[in-house]
Amino acid sequence: MKDRMETIRSFSCLENFERGDINCTKLAILHLVMHMKIGLPKALLYYRYGVLWETFFHELGFDVEVSADTSKETLEIGTKTTLDENCLPLKIFMGHVKSLIGQCDRILVPRFSRTSKTEEYCVRFWGLPDVVQNTFPNAPIISYNLDIGLHRSEAAAFIKIGHTLGKSKSAAFQAYRAGCRAQQRLEQQNMRVQSTQLHKSDKKILIAAQPYLIHDAYVGGQLQKMIAQQGVTPVFSDRCNRRLCRALSKEISNDLYWSLNKEMIGAIELCKNQVDGIILLTAFPCGSDALVNELVLRRVQNVPIIQILMDEHTAPAGLETRIESFVDILAKRRPYA
Amino acid sequence: MLKIGYPHLGDYHIPIRRLLQDLFPTAEIVSPPPFTQKTVELGGRHSPDFVCAPFKYNMGNYIEMLEAGANVLLQTGLGCRYGYYGEVQEQILRDLGYDFTFLCFSREKAHPQKIYETCKKLNPNLTFSIFSRAVLQAITRIYFMDQLDYFLREQIGFAKNTNCFTKTKKLFLKELTAENSMFGLYRIFHKYRARYHAIETQMPQNPLRVGIVGELYTLMEPYSNHFLEKRLAEGGIVVSRKMSASFLLFGKRDRRSLHSSRGYLQYTVGANGIDSVVGSRQYAKDGYDGLIHMKSFGCTPELNAQPALDQISRDYDIPILHLSFDTQTGEVGLETRIEAFMDMIEMKRKQQHENYNQSRRGYRLHLHKRRVH
Repeated sequence: MKDRMETIRSFSCLENFERGDINCTKLAILHLVMHMKIGLPKALLYYRYGVLWETFFHELGFDVEVSADTSKETLEIGTKTTLDENCLPLKIFMGHVKSLIGQCDRILVPRFSRTSKTEEYCVRFWGLPDVVQNTFPNAPIISYNLDIGLHRSEAAAFIKIGHTLGKSKSAAFQAYRAGCRAQQRLEQQNMRVQSTQLHKSDKKILIAAQPYLIHDAYVGGQLQKMIAQQGVTPVFSDRCNRRLCRALSKEISNDLYWSLNKEMIGAIELCKNQVDGIILLTAFPCGSDALVNELVLRRVQNVPIIQILMDEHTAPAGLETRIESFVDILAKRRPYA
Repeated sequence: MLKIGYPHLGDYHIPIRRLLQDLFPTAEIVSPPPFTQKTVELGGRHSPDFVCAPFKYNMGNYIEMLEAGANVLLQTGLGCRYGYYGEVQEQILRDLGYDFTFLCFSREKAHPQKIYETCKKLNPNLTFSIFSRAVLQAITRIYFMDQLDYFLREQIGFAKNTNCFTKTKKLFLKELTAENSMFGLYRIFHKYRARYHAIETQMPQNPLRVGIVGELYTLMEPYSNHFLEKRLAEGGIVVSRKMSASFLLFGKRDRRSLHSSRGYLQYTVGANGIDSVVGSRQYAKDGYDGLIHMKSFGCTPELNAQPALDQISRDYDIPILHLSFDTQTGEVGLETRIEAFMDMIEMKRKQQHENYNQSRRGYRLHLHKRRVH
């Protein structure tokens, strides 16, 4: 921020600026707006909408700063700023937001509620902007509301952010379209890679969890590394065809209305004949997973399932032992040449 | 033969029982046995670990009712996790080897038309007029109960004869259940309101007042909050709580609440989070001495509201006590915290006497005053 103020001063003549020359101040503000830096916390739904967000802001001509990978320090900061009762992903998220305060001009904290008439996100996402705003009253937040149940679309939400940042409707819409294309391209590529992995004959384990747990460097990253060390290929529940997964989820649970969980259990149904085992990764105390995983453990048969619970005190050694023994069981169950 | 069971919810099990009797005259209604430590343990054992406490309490009720011979179980469901209770509970009970019909009126199935169709399948003689009449009467009963309970909570700590209120309440509930006509219900309500007002109390001119907000099940089921309201009343404190079943039926207006939260919340945060914030702000403005925020462990909507509540506490300088209840909550630890809280608000009041105009305290207590007449 400090060097930014200096650039403004150099940009507009210093004496004029301090005298309050209106034209110079206007220029300075314009400069500030043009080169505004938007911060994206690398947590929660960044792992689902990240490329869309980055492309959207790049297309509109803003700088984008993504926070660093989750580390132990991030989690510690997050734990200090929230109550102990909150779930692990929220603590990580708060750590990321804290690290971005002071580094960026705006921080994106979106709200997600309903994705269709019958589907919605976990209630945690409903209150995200309010939790952040009340915890850090001085944080410069921009937020958009994804609430499709009320005749609104995602595009309208993005146009609204564009408007608050001083961009025209058409520019925001173009940027949104470009973002969607980029996101889709990435997802299709991921899906293609995963489907080739699924058709190989080596040992595979499906990690079924929310995307922000699987791909988080501190939570899922450790786990992925450990599985790879055992010579097993990890496949991910969020890299399957979403529409297919949503339809297949009815096989396991009929009443389910959380869209992320729906995709997760759909992926289990889709891949259960192609993988050797399933790891249900969950964080303490995840509200939706507590119920859905219970149902999965009771209803999915004929495939070995292990539930792994992560919290801020999980030690890598204990986790490694569990993974090793699980892989050993898989090897005994279906010996490979 | 149908034997219908339903889970406990405070005193509301009385009007719910009457409603089921009206809807299914030939069936036998199995009331859940009162809560004991055994109920809670049974429920906790057969539930997922960190699901919210109401799930565990309901499970305990269901298992005890099935043991008592029930073969039809009822469950409802709304926003947050509560909408998904039914399917998981049914699966767990089936895995335990019980044979029963599970009626779950959750989310989309909570539409009156769908409820009527489901009830019609169980009782072919049911007509829509009987159904609507029974439901209307049940809602009226609940509304009257809540009206008098609000008054009772404020006054019960100061009664000269402590049993007087509880005795009157018992009689009231008994008459309310036996009455068949709508007009009769109205008459009973007025009769008992007069009786409540006639009970002698020794309320000081300016008593300590505490507002209670939080998650609805924990508020409405006294066993799940370890009879917190009773403890506060015994300590000579006026307990005020707006959130009740009738609040859920009539008082929930999200858009208006968002407006009246005055910037503490921008969006709804699920279930009753917004109502906790609006309620707290109202209590703080009305000059209450403290707030108690209750929820079951891990209740996400209330956790979303919690930073806003802390902000209100800072802005209005009102102490707030956050309490999380689970099936494992220790009685003694809770008692210590409540006692410390009560001492604290009393000390705060004494400090304020010196530099605060006494006559203005409770000046805006329109909430409280309206109910006393």
